[in-house]
Amino acid sequence: MLIRSPDRWALPASEATPESVYLGRRALLAGMGAGMGLAGAALATPAMASTDVKALAPLKARRTVTTADEPTALLAVSTYNNFYEFGLDKADPAANAHTLKPSPWGVRIGGLVKKPFVLDVDRYISQASLEERIYRMRCVEGWSMIIPWIGVPLSTLVNFVQPLSSAKYIRFTTLADRKQMPQIGFPSLDWPYREGLRMDEAMNPLALLTVGLYGRRLPNQNGAPIRLVVPWKYGFKSIKSLVAIDFVEQQPLTSWNQSAPREYGFYSNVNPAVDHPRWSQATERRIGEFGKRDTLPFNGYAAEVAGLYRGMDLKRNF
Amino acid sequence: MHRPPVWLKPATHAFIAMPLLWLAWCWAELLWLNPASQSLSAEPVAYTHNNLGLLALRFLILALAITPIRKLTGWVPVMSLRRAVGLWAFAYAAIHLAFYLALELDFSLSALAREALKRNFILFGLLAFVCLLPLALTSTRAAMKRLGGRRWQLLHRLAYVAGIAASVHFILRVKGFQLEPYAYLAILLALFAIRLMPNRRRASPAQVLPV
Repeated sequence: MLIRSPDRWALPASEATPESVYLGRRALLAGMGAGMGLAGAALATPAMASTDVKALAPLKARRTVTTADEPTALLAVSTYNNFYEFGLDKADPAANAHTLKPSPWGVRIGGLVKKPFVLDVDRYISQASLEERIYRMRCVEGWSMIIPWIGVPLSTLVNFVQPLSSAKYIRFTTLADRKQMPQIGFPSLDWPYREGLRMDEAMNPLALLTVGLYGRRLPNQNGAPIRLVVPWKYGFKSIKSLVAIDFVEQQPLTSWNQSAPREYGFYSNVNPAVDHPRWSQATERRIGEFGKRDTLPFNGYAAEVAGLYRGMDLKRNF
Repeated sequence: MHRPPVWLKPATHAFIAMPLLWLAWCWAELLWLNPASQSLSAEPVAYTHNNLGLLALRFLILALAITPIRKLTGWVPVMSLRRAVGLWAFAYAAIHLAFYLALELDFSLSALAREALKRNFILFGLLAFVCLLPLALTSTRAAMKRLGGRRWQLLHRLAYVAGIAASVHFILRVKGFQLEPYAYLAILLALFAIRLMPNRRRASPAQVLPV
Protein backbone atom coordinates (compact mmCIF):
# COMPACT_ATOMS: atom_id res chain seq x y z
CA MET A 1 0.00 0.00 0.00
CA LEU A 2 1.14 3.52 -0.79
CA ILE A 3 0.22 5.02 2.54
CA ARG A 4 3.02 6.89 4.29
CA SER A 5 2.00 7.22 7.88
CA PRO A 6 3.55 9.90 10.05
CA ASP A 7 4.89 8.26 13.19
CA ARG A 8 2.58 10.35 15.34
CA TRP A 9 -0.45 8.32 14.43
CA ALA A 10 1.06 5.11 13.17
CA LEU A 11 0.75 2.09 15.44
CA PRO A 12 2.37 -1.31 15.16
CA ALA A 13 -0.16 -4.11 14.67
CA SER A 14 0.88 -5.67 18.00
CA GLU A 15 -0.72 -2.81 19.90
CA ALA A 16 -4.21 -3.43 18.61
CA THR A 17 -6.72 -3.84 21.41
CA PRO A 18 -9.60 -6.26 20.90
CA GLU A 19 -13.13 -4.90 21.15
CA SER A 20 -13.89 -6.83 24.31
CA VAL A 21 -11.03 -5.15 26.12
CA TYR A 22 -11.96 -1.55 25.51
CA LEU A 23 -15.65 -2.16 25.91
CA GLY A 24 -14.84 -3.82 29.20
CA ARG A 25 -12.67 -0.95 30.31
CA ARG A 26 -15.41 1.54 29.52
CA ALA A 27 -17.92 -0.43 31.56
CA LEU A 28 -15.49 -0.68 34.43
CA LEU A 29 -14.90 3.08 34.49
CA ALA A 30 -18.62 3.78 34.38
CA GLY A 31 -19.12 1.33 37.22
CA MET A 32 -16.52 3.05 39.35
CA GLY A 33 -18.24 6.38 38.75
CA ALA A 34 -21.48 4.99 40.05
CA GLY A 35 -19.84 3.38 43.04
CA MET A 36 -21.65 0.18 42.09
CA GLY A 37 -21.89 -2.31 39.28
CA LEU A 38 -25.15 -1.04 37.79
CA ALA A 39 -23.48 0.69 34.85
CA GLY A 40 -21.80 -2.43 33.53
CA ALA A 41 -25.09 -4.28 33.51
CA ALA A 42 -26.83 -1.41 31.72
CA LEU A 43 -24.15 -1.29 29.03
CA ALA A 44 -24.70 -4.94 28.28
CA THR A 45 -28.35 -4.37 27.42
CA PRO A 46 -28.96 -2.64 24.11
CA ALA A 47 -31.30 0.34 24.25
CA MET A 48 -33.42 -0.78 21.32
CA ALA A 49 -34.03 -3.99 19.51
CA SER A 50 -33.20 -2.49 16.12
CA THR A 51 -29.65 -1.58 17.11
CA ASP A 52 -28.34 -5.00 17.91
CA VAL A 53 -24.83 -4.09 16.84
CA LYS A 54 -23.49 -7.29 18.35
CA ALA A 55 -25.26 -9.26 15.63
CA LEU A 56 -23.17 -7.63 12.88
CA ALA A 57 -20.36 -9.59 11.24
CA PRO A 58 -17.00 -9.12 12.97
CA LEU A 59 -14.13 -7.76 10.87
CA LYS A 60 -10.41 -8.42 11.13
CA ALA A 61 -8.41 -5.24 10.97
CA ARG A 62 -5.00 -4.01 12.00
CA ARG A 63 -5.03 -0.84 14.02
CA THR A 64 -3.00 1.89 12.36
CA VAL A 65 -4.29 5.12 13.87
CA THR A 66 -5.26 5.95 17.41
CA THR A 67 -5.93 8.88 19.71
CA ALA A 68 -5.11 9.48 23.35
CA ASP A 69 -8.82 9.76 24.18
CA GLU A 70 -11.13 6.98 25.22
CA PRO A 71 -13.49 5.86 22.40
CA THR A 72 -17.11 6.95 22.81
CA ALA A 73 -19.39 4.16 24.06
CA LEU A 74 -20.66 1.96 21.24
CA LEU A 75 -24.22 2.48 22.46
CA ALA A 76 -23.86 6.25 21.93
CA VAL A 77 -22.12 5.82 18.57
CA SER A 78 -24.94 3.61 17.34
CA THR A 79 -27.94 5.52 18.78
CA TYR A 80 -27.01 9.20 18.38
CA ASN A 81 -26.90 9.83 14.66
CA ASN A 82 -27.63 12.38 11.98
CA PHE A 83 -28.90 10.45 8.97
CA TYR A 84 -31.84 12.49 7.69
CA GLU A 85 -32.84 9.76 5.25
CA PHE A 86 -34.11 7.93 8.34
CA GLY A 87 -35.61 10.87 10.24
CA LEU A 88 -34.59 14.20 11.72
CA ASP A 89 -34.24 13.22 15.36
CA LYS A 90 -30.92 11.86 16.65
CA ALA A 91 -32.62 8.65 17.78
CA ASP A 92 -34.54 8.18 14.51
CA PRO A 93 -31.81 6.47 12.43
CA ALA A 94 -31.28 3.77 15.06
CA ALA A 95 -35.04 3.21 15.25
CA ASN A 96 -35.78 3.36 11.51
CA ALA A 97 -32.71 2.20 9.59
CA HIS A 98 -33.63 -1.48 9.84
CA THR A 99 -35.33 -1.03 6.45
CA LEU A 100 -31.94 -0.54 4.78
CA LYS A 101 -30.59 -3.67 3.06
CA PRO A 102 -26.80 -3.33 3.13
CA SER A 103 -26.05 -6.63 1.44
CA PRO A 104 -25.66 -7.23 -1.45
CA TRP A 105 -24.53 -3.70 -2.30
CA GLY A 106 -22.79 -2.16 -5.28
CA VAL A 107 -21.04 1.17 -5.58
CA ARG A 108 -20.80 2.55 -9.11
CA ILE A 109 -17.38 4.12 -9.53
CA GLY A 110 -16.90 6.12 -12.69
CA GLY A 111 -16.66 9.48 -14.37
CA LEU A 112 -13.25 10.69 -15.47
CA VAL A 113 -11.35 7.46 -14.84
CA LYS A 114 -9.60 4.85 -16.98
CA LYS A 115 -11.12 1.88 -15.17
CA PRO A 116 -14.72 2.47 -14.12
CA PHE A 117 -16.28 -0.46 -12.25
CA VAL A 118 -18.94 -1.46 -9.79
CA LEU A 119 -17.59 -2.25 -6.37
CA ASP A 120 -19.15 -5.31 -4.74
CA VAL A 121 -18.98 -4.27 -1.12
CA ASP A 122 -19.26 -7.76 0.41
CA ARG A 123 -16.40 -9.03 -1.71
CA TYR A 124 -14.40 -5.91 -1.06
CA ILE A 125 -14.78 -6.33 2.68
CA SER A 126 -13.66 -9.95 2.52
CA GLN A 127 -10.61 -9.19 0.36
CA ALA A 128 -9.37 -5.76 1.38
CA SER A 129 -6.60 -5.23 3.86
CA LEU A 130 -8.64 -3.50 6.53
CA GLU A 131 -7.28 -0.98 8.97
CA GLU A 132 -8.74 0.12 12.27
CA ARG A 133 -8.41 3.85 12.85
CA ILE A 134 -9.59 5.62 15.95
CA TYR A 135 -10.59 9.09 14.80
CA ARG A 136 -12.13 12.12 16.39
CA MET A 137 -15.50 12.98 14.83
CA ARG A 138 -16.71 16.57 15.15
CA CYS A 139 -20.29 17.31 14.15
CA VAL A 140 -21.05 20.78 12.77
CA GLU A 141 -23.71 21.02 15.51
CA GLY A 142 -21.06 21.22 18.22
CA TRP A 143 -20.73 17.71 19.59
CA SER A 144 -17.98 15.17 19.07
CA MET A 145 -17.16 11.50 19.47
CA ILE A 146 -14.14 9.21 19.30
CA ILE A 147 -14.89 6.32 16.96
CA PRO A 148 -12.87 3.24 16.07
CA TRP A 149 -13.60 2.94 12.36
CA ILE A 150 -12.57 0.11 10.06
CA GLY A 151 -11.79 0.74 6.42
CA VAL A 152 -9.33 1.25 3.64
CA PRO A 153 -7.62 4.51 2.68
CA LEU A 154 -9.68 6.17 -0.03
CA SER A 155 -6.44 6.74 -1.97
CA THR A 156 -6.09 3.01 -2.73
CA LEU A 157 -9.43 3.08 -4.55
CA VAL A 158 -8.54 6.29 -6.37
CA ASN A 159 -5.27 4.76 -7.54
CA PHE A 160 -7.05 1.62 -8.65
CA VAL A 161 -9.48 3.36 -11.02
CA GLN A 162 -6.73 5.57 -12.50
CA PRO A 163 -8.31 9.03 -12.70
CA LEU A 164 -7.78 11.05 -15.88
CA SER A 165 -5.78 14.25 -15.49
CA SER A 166 -9.01 16.20 -16.02
CA ALA A 167 -10.49 14.74 -12.81
CA LYS A 168 -10.17 17.46 -10.17
CA TYR A 169 -12.89 16.49 -7.70
CA ILE A 170 -14.75 13.42 -6.50
CA ARG A 171 -18.51 13.46 -6.00
CA PHE A 172 -20.01 10.95 -3.56
CA THR A 173 -23.69 9.98 -3.61
CA THR A 174 -25.82 8.28 -0.96
CA LEU A 175 -28.60 5.84 -1.73
CA ALA A 176 -32.00 7.50 -2.17
CA ASP A 177 -34.49 4.66 -2.29
CA ARG A 178 -38.00 5.29 -0.99
CA LYS A 179 -38.48 1.62 -0.23
CA GLN A 180 -35.44 1.43 2.03
CA MET A 181 -35.67 5.05 3.21
CA PRO A 182 -39.36 5.95 3.55
CA GLN A 183 -38.43 9.24 5.23
CA ILE A 184 -36.99 10.73 2.03
CA GLY A 185 -40.57 11.39 1.00
CA PHE A 186 -40.04 14.51 3.10
CA PRO A 187 -37.73 17.13 1.52
CA SER A 188 -35.59 18.07 4.53
CA LEU A 189 -32.72 18.07 2.00
CA ASP A 190 -32.56 17.67 -1.77
CA TRP A 191 -32.09 13.90 -2.16
CA PRO A 192 -29.94 12.05 -2.93
CA TYR A 193 -27.45 13.26 -0.37
CA ARG A 194 -24.24 14.31 -2.13
CA GLU A 195 -20.80 15.23 -0.91
CA GLY A 196 -17.47 16.03 -2.51
CA LEU A 197 -13.72 16.22 -2.03
CA ARG A 198 -10.96 17.84 -3.98
CA MET A 199 -8.64 15.23 -5.47
CA ASP A 200 -5.74 16.05 -3.13
CA GLU A 201 -8.08 15.81 -0.14
CA ALA A 202 -9.23 12.41 -1.30
CA MET A 203 -5.61 11.29 -1.65
CA ASN A 204 -4.73 12.37 1.89
CA PRO A 205 -3.92 9.23 3.88
CA LEU A 206 -6.47 10.15 6.58
CA ALA A 207 -9.46 9.92 4.20
CA LEU A 208 -10.97 6.53 4.93
CA LEU A 209 -13.42 4.50 2.89
CA THR A 210 -15.14 2.93 5.86
CA VAL A 211 -16.95 -0.39 6.19
CA GLY A 212 -17.02 -0.97 9.94
CA LEU A 213 -16.79 0.36 13.47
CA TYR A 214 -15.99 -1.15 16.83
CA GLY A 215 -14.67 -4.32 15.20
CA ARG A 216 -17.80 -5.08 13.17
CA ARG A 217 -19.51 -4.15 9.95
CA LEU A 218 -21.22 -0.76 10.00
CA PRO A 219 -24.62 -0.61 11.69
CA ASN A 220 -27.26 0.66 9.21
CA GLN A 221 -27.70 3.89 11.12
CA ASN A 222 -23.97 4.61 10.82
CA GLY A 223 -24.01 4.39 7.02
CA ALA A 224 -23.88 0.70 6.14
CA PRO A 225 -22.41 -0.90 4.23
CA ILE A 226 -19.83 1.64 3.06
CA ARG A 227 -19.22 5.30 3.82
CA LEU A 228 -16.60 7.97 3.81
CA VAL A 229 -14.80 9.26 6.90
CA VAL A 230 -12.83 12.51 6.62
CA PRO A 231 -11.94 13.26 10.24
CA TRP A 232 -10.62 16.80 9.74
CA LYS A 233 -13.97 17.97 8.34
CA TYR A 234 -17.37 18.36 9.98
CA GLY A 235 -19.25 15.10 10.23
CA PHE A 236 -21.69 15.77 7.40
CA LYS A 237 -18.82 15.55 4.90
CA SER A 238 -18.38 11.90 5.93
CA ILE A 239 -21.18 10.75 3.64
CA LYS A 240 -23.00 7.50 4.42
CA SER A 241 -24.33 4.48 2.50
CA LEU A 242 -22.53 5.25 -0.75
CA VAL A 243 -23.93 4.11 -4.08
CA ALA A 244 -21.81 6.21 -6.45
CA ILE A 245 -18.35 7.74 -6.56
CA ASP A 246 -17.78 9.97 -9.58
CA PHE A 247 -14.60 11.66 -10.70
CA VAL A 248 -15.46 15.09 -12.09
CA GLU A 249 -13.79 18.22 -13.36
CA GLN A 250 -15.85 20.89 -11.57
CA GLN A 251 -16.38 21.30 -7.85
CA PRO A 252 -19.55 19.26 -7.24
CA LEU A 253 -22.66 20.70 -5.63
CA THR A 254 -23.04 19.22 -2.15
CA SER A 255 -26.31 18.77 -0.27
CA TRP A 256 -25.80 20.97 2.80
CA ASN A 257 -24.04 23.64 0.79
CA GLN A 258 -26.99 23.69 -1.57
CA SER A 259 -29.47 23.81 1.33
CA ALA A 260 -27.76 26.70 3.20
CA PRO A 261 -24.69 28.08 1.38
CA ARG A 262 -24.03 30.67 4.08
CA GLU A 263 -23.80 28.00 6.73
CA TYR A 264 -22.15 25.01 5.10
CA GLY A 265 -19.24 25.48 2.75
CA PHE A 266 -17.81 22.99 0.30
CA TYR A 267 -14.68 22.53 2.42
CA SER A 268 -16.27 22.50 5.88
CA ASN A 269 -12.96 21.90 7.58
CA VAL A 270 -13.27 21.88 11.37
CA ASN A 271 -12.24 25.40 12.31
CA PRO A 272 -12.74 26.92 15.78
CA ALA A 273 -12.00 30.37 14.35
CA VAL A 274 -14.90 30.37 11.89
CA ASP A 275 -18.35 30.35 13.51
CA HIS A 276 -21.39 28.73 12.06
CA PRO A 277 -23.65 31.77 11.53
CA ARG A 278 -25.97 30.47 14.24
CA TRP A 279 -23.49 29.13 16.79
CA SER A 280 -19.88 29.26 17.80
CA GLN A 281 -17.54 26.50 16.62
CA ALA A 282 -14.87 27.37 19.19
CA THR A 283 -15.89 24.60 21.58
CA GLU A 284 -17.57 21.23 21.44
CA ARG A 285 -19.23 18.82 23.81
CA ARG A 286 -17.74 15.35 23.72
CA ILE A 287 -20.53 12.79 23.96
CA GLY A 288 -20.35 11.33 27.47
CA GLU A 289 -19.10 14.58 29.02
CA PHE A 290 -21.04 17.53 30.48
CA GLY A 291 -18.47 20.31 30.10
CA LYS A 292 -17.20 21.70 26.83
CA ARG A 293 -13.74 21.36 25.38
CA ASP A 294 -11.90 23.49 22.88
CA THR A 295 -12.32 22.53 19.24
CA LEU A 296 -8.98 22.02 17.49
CA PRO A 297 -8.12 23.40 14.04
CA PHE A 298 -8.74 20.64 11.48
CA ASN A 299 -10.15 18.64 14.39
CA GLY A 300 -6.61 18.04 15.64
CA TYR A 301 -5.29 16.78 12.30
CA ALA A 302 -3.60 20.05 11.25
CA ALA A 303 -0.19 18.38 10.98
CA GLU A 304 -1.55 15.95 8.40
CA VAL A 305 -3.89 18.18 6.35
CA ALA A 306 -3.17 21.89 6.88
CA GLY A 307 -0.81 21.80 3.88
CA LEU A 308 -3.75 21.03 1.58
CA TYR A 309 -5.11 24.52 2.21
CA ARG A 310 -1.89 26.54 2.25
CA GLY A 311 -2.50 30.01 0.83
CA MET A 312 -6.29 29.66 0.99
CA ASP A 313 -8.41 32.11 3.00
CA LEU A 314 -10.18 29.68 5.31
CA LYS A 315 -12.69 32.32 6.42
CA ARG A 316 -13.92 32.62 2.85
CA ASN A 317 -13.42 28.97 1.92
CA PHE A 318 -15.19 27.69 5.03
CA MET B 1 -72.11 30.47 38.38
CA HIS B 2 -69.48 28.66 36.33
CA ARG B 3 -67.45 27.05 39.04
CA PRO B 4 -64.60 24.99 37.62
CA PRO B 5 -64.70 21.31 38.64
CA VAL B 6 -62.42 20.61 41.61
CA TRP B 7 -60.17 18.26 39.67
CA LEU B 8 -59.47 20.67 36.83
CA LYS B 9 -56.62 22.65 38.38
CA PRO B 10 -54.72 19.85 40.10
CA ALA B 11 -55.00 17.74 36.93
CA THR B 12 -53.62 20.59 34.84
CA HIS B 13 -50.70 21.18 37.22
CA ALA B 14 -49.88 17.47 37.24
CA PHE B 15 -50.07 17.22 33.47
CA ILE B 16 -47.74 20.15 32.91
CA ALA B 17 -45.30 19.29 35.70
CA MET B 18 -44.89 15.71 34.51
CA PRO B 19 -42.26 16.27 31.81
CA LEU B 20 -40.20 18.43 34.16
CA LEU B 21 -40.33 15.79 36.88
CA TRP B 22 -39.38 13.17 34.33
CA LEU B 23 -36.36 15.21 33.18
CA ALA B 24 -35.33 15.74 36.81
CA TRP B 25 -35.63 12.03 37.50
CA CYS B 26 -33.54 11.17 34.44
CA TRP B 27 -30.82 13.58 35.54
CA ALA B 28 -30.81 12.08 39.02
CA GLU B 29 -30.50 8.65 37.45
CA LEU B 30 -27.67 9.79 35.18
CA LEU B 31 -25.70 11.57 37.89
CA TRP B 32 -26.10 9.18 40.79
CA LEU B 33 -27.46 5.82 39.72
CA ASN B 34 -26.31 4.98 36.21
CA PRO B 35 -23.81 7.17 34.37
CA ALA B 36 -24.31 5.05 31.26
CA SER B 37 -28.06 5.75 31.17
CA GLN B 38 -29.45 6.70 27.78
CA SER B 39 -32.80 7.98 29.07
CA LEU B 40 -31.78 11.47 27.93
CA SER B 41 -30.13 10.16 24.73
CA ALA B 42 -26.36 10.04 24.31
CA GLU B 43 -26.18 13.84 24.64
CA PRO B 44 -28.21 14.63 27.78
CA VAL B 45 -27.37 18.34 27.75
CA ALA B 46 -28.66 19.03 24.24
CA TYR B 47 -31.61 16.69 24.77
CA THR B 48 -32.67 18.46 27.97
CA HIS B 49 -32.09 21.89 26.52
CA ASN B 50 -34.12 21.16 23.37
CA ASN B 51 -36.93 19.57 25.32
CA LEU B 52 -37.21 22.40 27.84
CA GLY B 53 -37.50 24.87 24.98
CA LEU B 54 -40.03 22.77 23.12
CA LEU B 55 -42.14 22.30 26.27
CA ALA B 56 -42.01 26.03 27.01
CA LEU B 57 -43.31 26.76 23.51
CA ARG B 58 -46.02 24.10 23.73
CA PHE B 59 -47.29 25.30 27.10
CA LEU B 60 -47.20 28.92 25.96
CA ILE B 61 -49.36 27.92 23.01
CA LEU B 62 -51.61 26.01 25.40
CA ALA B 63 -51.96 29.15 27.56
CA LEU B 64 -52.81 31.17 24.48
CA ALA B 65 -55.31 28.52 23.39
CA ILE B 66 -57.44 28.85 26.50
CA THR B 67 -59.45 31.93 25.48
CA PRO B 68 -60.04 30.51 21.97
CA ILE B 69 -61.12 27.20 23.55
CA ARG B 70 -63.66 29.06 25.64
CA LYS B 71 -64.78 30.95 22.60
CA LEU B 72 -65.24 27.84 20.49
CA THR B 73 -66.72 25.57 23.14
CA GLY B 74 -68.38 28.09 25.43
CA TRP B 75 -66.88 26.18 28.37
CA VAL B 76 -66.11 29.03 30.75
CA PRO B 77 -64.35 27.08 33.57
CA VAL B 78 -61.36 26.58 31.29
CA MET B 79 -60.54 30.25 31.89
CA SER B 80 -59.54 29.41 35.48
CA LEU B 81 -56.47 27.63 34.07
CA ARG B 82 -55.07 30.50 32.07
CA ARG B 83 -52.80 31.97 34.72
CA ALA B 84 -51.46 28.60 35.86
CA VAL B 85 -50.64 27.43 32.34
CA GLY B 86 -49.02 30.76 31.48
CA LEU B 87 -46.87 30.67 34.60
CA TRP B 88 -45.80 27.12 33.83
CA ALA B 89 -44.82 28.18 30.32
CA PHE B 90 -42.73 30.95 31.86
CA ALA B 91 -41.15 28.48 34.29
CA TYR B 92 -40.13 26.14 31.45
CA ALA B 93 -38.75 29.09 29.47
CA ALA B 94 -36.78 30.30 32.50
CA ILE B 95 -35.27 26.86 33.12
CA HIS B 96 -34.48 26.56 29.40
CA LEU B 97 -32.64 29.90 29.50
CA ALA B 98 -30.89 29.08 32.79
CA PHE B 99 -29.77 25.74 31.36
CA TYR B 100 -28.37 27.51 28.29
CA LEU B 101 -26.59 30.09 30.45
CA ALA B 102 -25.10 27.44 32.70
CA LEU B 103 -24.03 24.79 30.22
CA GLU B 104 -23.27 26.73 27.07
CA LEU B 105 -22.20 30.15 28.36
CA ASP B 106 -20.68 29.44 31.79
CA PHE B 107 -23.17 31.82 33.46
CA SER B 108 -21.76 34.80 31.56
CA LEU B 109 -24.42 37.44 30.93
CA SER B 110 -22.05 39.37 28.68
CA ALA B 111 -21.63 36.22 26.57
CA LEU B 112 -25.43 36.03 26.39
CA ALA B 113 -25.60 39.65 25.18
CA ARG B 114 -22.89 38.96 22.58
CA GLU B 115 -24.66 35.85 21.33
CA ALA B 116 -27.99 37.68 21.15
CA LEU B 117 -26.51 40.51 19.11
CA LYS B 118 -24.67 38.13 16.80
CA ARG B 119 -27.29 35.48 16.21
CA ASN B 120 -30.90 36.11 15.31
CA PHE B 121 -32.14 32.84 16.70
CA ILE B 122 -30.78 33.68 20.16
CA LEU B 123 -32.21 37.19 19.86
CA PHE B 124 -35.71 35.84 19.16
CA GLY B 125 -35.45 33.36 22.02
CA LEU B 126 -34.40 36.10 24.38
CA LEU B 127 -37.14 38.39 23.09
CA ALA B 128 -39.73 35.71 23.88
CA PHE B 129 -38.39 35.41 27.41
CA VAL B 130 -38.24 39.18 27.93
CA CYS B 131 -41.89 39.42 26.84
CA LEU B 132 -42.94 36.72 29.28
CA LEU B 133 -41.10 38.18 32.26
CA PRO B 134 -43.42 41.17 32.97
CA LEU B 135 -46.42 38.90 32.45
CA ALA B 136 -45.19 36.51 35.11
CA LEU B 137 -44.46 39.44 37.44
CA THR B 138 -47.95 40.90 36.98
CA SER B 139 -49.82 37.64 37.17
CA THR B 140 -51.22 38.22 40.66
CA ARG B 141 -54.69 39.59 41.33
CA ALA B 142 -53.09 42.49 43.22
CA ALA B 143 -50.95 43.45 40.22
CA MET B 144 -54.00 43.25 38.00
CA LYS B 145 -55.83 45.65 40.32
CA ARG B 146 -52.87 48.01 40.53
CA LEU B 147 -52.52 48.22 36.77
CA GLY B 148 -56.23 48.39 36.07
CA GLY B 149 -57.99 45.87 33.87
CA ARG B 150 -57.45 47.64 30.61
CA ARG B 151 -53.73 48.30 30.98
CA TRP B 152 -53.19 44.83 32.35
CA GLN B 153 -54.99 43.38 29.37
CA LEU B 154 -52.92 45.43 26.96
CA LEU B 155 -49.68 44.38 28.67
CA HIS B 156 -50.68 40.72 28.56
CA ARG B 157 -51.09 40.82 24.79
CA LEU B 158 -47.30 40.50 24.92
CA ALA B 159 -47.98 36.80 25.32
CA TYR B 160 -48.69 36.70 21.61
CA VAL B 161 -45.45 38.49 20.79
CA ALA B 162 -43.69 35.95 23.00
CA GLY B 163 -45.38 33.07 21.18
CA ILE B 164 -44.45 34.39 17.75
CA ALA B 165 -40.88 35.15 18.87
CA ALA B 166 -40.52 31.68 20.38
CA SER B 167 -41.70 29.93 17.25
CA VAL B 168 -39.42 32.07 15.07
CA HIS B 169 -36.60 31.13 17.49
CA PHE B 170 -37.40 27.49 16.77
CA ILE B 171 -37.72 28.00 12.99
CA LEU B 172 -34.32 29.70 12.89
CA ARG B 173 -32.76 26.98 15.02
CA VAL B 174 -33.23 23.83 12.94
CA LYS B 175 -31.07 22.47 10.15
CA GLY B 176 -32.48 21.68 6.72
CA PHE B 177 -36.18 22.01 5.95
CA GLN B 178 -38.37 20.86 8.82
CA LEU B 179 -42.11 21.17 9.28
CA GLU B 180 -42.47 21.00 13.06
CA PRO B 181 -41.36 24.59 13.83
CA TYR B 182 -43.69 25.99 11.18
CA ALA B 183 -46.54 23.94 12.64
CA TYR B 184 -46.27 25.88 15.93
CA LEU B 185 -46.37 29.20 14.12
CA ALA B 186 -49.39 28.04 12.14
CA ILE B 187 -51.20 27.00 15.33
CA LEU B 188 -50.46 30.41 16.89
CA LEU B 189 -51.82 32.20 13.85
CA ALA B 190 -54.92 30.02 13.90
CA LEU B 191 -55.45 30.90 17.57
CA PHE B 192 -55.10 34.56 16.67
CA ALA B 193 -57.74 34.19 14.00
CA ILE B 194 -60.16 32.54 16.41
CA ARG B 195 -59.78 35.46 18.81
CA LEU B 196 -60.54 37.94 16.05
CA MET B 197 -63.74 36.11 15.13
CA PRO B 198 -66.81 37.96 16.39
CA ASN B 199 -68.39 36.59 19.55
CA ARG B 200 -71.47 34.59 18.70
CA ARG B 201 -73.32 34.93 21.95
CA ARG B 202 -73.79 37.87 24.22
CA ALA B 203 -71.19 38.28 26.92
CA SER B 204 -72.10 36.47 30.11
CA PRO B 205 -70.79 37.96 33.38
CA ALA B 206 -67.94 35.45 33.52
CA GLN B 207 -66.70 36.53 30.15
CA VAL B 208 -65.95 40.01 31.34
CA LEU B 209 -62.64 38.59 32.60
CA PRO B 210 -59.79 40.25 30.80
CA VAL B 211 -59.10 38.48 27.53
